Amino acid sequence: MAAINRDDVAHLARLAHIEMSAEELDRMAGELAVIVDAVKSVSEAAGDDVPATSHPIPLNNVFREDVVGHTFTAEQALSGAPDSDDNRFKVPAILDEA
Amino acid sequence: MTENNSTPLIRLSAAQLAAKLAAREVTAVEVVQAHLDRIAAVDGGERGVHAFLHVNAEEALAVAAEVDAIRAAGGAAAEELHELAGVPIAVKDLIVTIGQPTTAGSKILEGWHSPYDATVVQKLRAAKMPILGKTNLDEFAMGSSTEHSAFGPTRNPWDLDRIPGGSGGGSAAAVAAFEAPLALGTDTGGSIRQPGAVTGTVGVKPTYGGVSRYGAIAMASSLDQIGPVSRTVLDSALLHQVIGGHDPHDSTSLPDPLADLAAAARLGNVDGMKIGIIKELHGEGYQAGVENRFNESLELLRQAGAEIVEVSCPNFKYALGAYYLIMPSEASSNLAKFDGVRYGLRVLPEEPPLTIERVMGATRAAGFGDEVKRRVILGTYALSAGYYDAYYGSAQKVRTLIQRDFDAAFAKADVLISPTAPTTAFKLGEKLDDPLAMYLNDVATIPANMAGVPGLSLPGGLADEDGLPVGIQLLAPAREDARLYRVGAVLESLLEEKWGGPLLDSAPELTASPVVEPVETLVDAQEAK
Repeated sequence: MAAINRDDVAHLARLAHIEMSAEELDRMAGELAVIVDAVKSVSEAAGDDVPATSHPIPLNNVFREDVVGHTFTAEQALSGAPDSDDNRFKVPAILDEA
Repeated sequence: MTENNSTPLIRLSAAQLAAKLAAREVTAVEVVQAHLDRIAAVDGGERGVHAFLHVNAEEALAVAAEVDAIRAAGGAAAEELHELAGVPIAVKDLIVTIGQPTTAGSKILEGWHSPYDATVVQKLRAAKMPILGKTNLDEFAMGSSTEHSAFGPTRNPWDLDRIPGGSGGGSAAAVAAFEAPLALGTDTGGSIRQPGAVTGTVGVKPTYGGVSRYGAIAMASSLDQIGPVSRTVLDSALLHQVIGGHDPHDSTSLPDPLADLAAAARLGNVDGMKIGIIKELHGEGYQAGVENRFNESLELLRQAGAEIVEVSCPNFKYALGAYYLIMPSEASSNLAKFDGVRYGLRVLPEEPPLTIERVMGATRAAGFGDEVKRRVILGTYALSAGYYDAYYGSAQKVRTLIQRDFDAAFAKADVLISPTAPTTAFKLGEKLDDPLAMYLNDVATIPANMAGVPGLSLPGGLADEDGLPVGIQLLAPAREDARLYRVGAVLESLLEEKWGGPLLDSAPELTASPVVEPVETLVDAQEAK
């Protein structure tokens, strides 16, 4: 497996929507390289015949009755929003045409 | 503790407080006020424990007064009161509560109030247990020292210059400092058990699905579990029974009926039980004083009639690596919701264009601390095209191998035993610049989360070299949490007999902080933070 470098971190930070300064990218790249190196043995631990486990105690087909349960009012749902208008969450421009 | 009439209320266990309340020897208001006074005396100030992020004095006293009124009136309503009614509790600030802020230890949620209660909080309210406040934690429960809290670290009551463990350092320190008899924690890789170990308290991670996660702000959904924090094994069993059981709001909640865990704690024998030492979870890498206390506990259990056997779990050596791929992967996905739109912080970029994408980037840059950023980036990496199979996929296979190791070990032993953490509490700041060294604290606690099995940590004594608490971890098969309480209570009583009382009796007396702030001021100050 390839080591993680500064360009990778910059790309990942964009994907994760976290702005990073040049200094932060340098530091993060160094720290993550150490961590990735420490965990890489995991890829050699199990053979192809070992199935993956996603949940420790899997429960299948967890359904409930199709009835209306508790729901938030618009006011409750918006109570923590940074900005709202007319019972809706309000956000800045979606498209880059300001 | 060995109780007599002059024992201060704050030093009584939850079971002892419950008995005094039922006998009407004390009122719930007196009990709650005693704990609020203690919080005011030792939690704030420059050298305070800082276990609490928010103190909920008014509501806690109101609930206590309600319990007192019901008891005073007598009749059916008094009869129907829960055993723990009026016994106060602190709640980790990762668990959402109506009427109090929930921060998850993060700037991104500062000042946010949840419009709903977590299921476990609803259960506390139904039992009429007054909630004293919300306890400090590493941001989004990411850490092993509580130093990653955006609101400053919590101090270990045994030595104020040392860490209280993490992520639930606030809950463990509150209980160890006699600020609360009980607390709730969450455990994703050891965040209940490791703070328990380093503060000389008891902490339990229940079987995955045994306690509803509804309303616990998710870090890694397949690993997270809410559980009890206390000073005695019986108290954890009593609290576990309050919070456990099926919840339709959590699709991973087990439908099984809850066993009588308090009865298991009161059973008091291990005669003929097989207890397995996990070869890979002691010895090299473990502090000498930790190892000594561990061996002492084994000897006590042997003398009590348990058969000590050795088991091997060869794949545990991959557990830490696999955990640090699975946990960040799930966390990076779970934390995507903090986008500056629906709740919490919104930061506008300094220069145009003012698009939502740039607002998200600026909000998450300002709102998340370094450790959260590291884990989100690491998780995004492990899940990205081209690396998914090698990282996340491989880690999920390791999870299968760890489960197989546990299956083989539990074929040979009823319960497994190990030290909870490789070392005692380290100094504040000591490992802050070395993420990998910090991660190694969780080496003995992570396997249980990976396999979903329950684990309990209880005080095993003080390490010879530094006089700090050592934790002993017990592990049982999934759904067999009762075994932890049975063995844990026996070991606890054997150890306390040896020490001549609870371990916390030998903790240094906490002096009132230089500036004693009245509770009201403390609440204001903490809300202002």
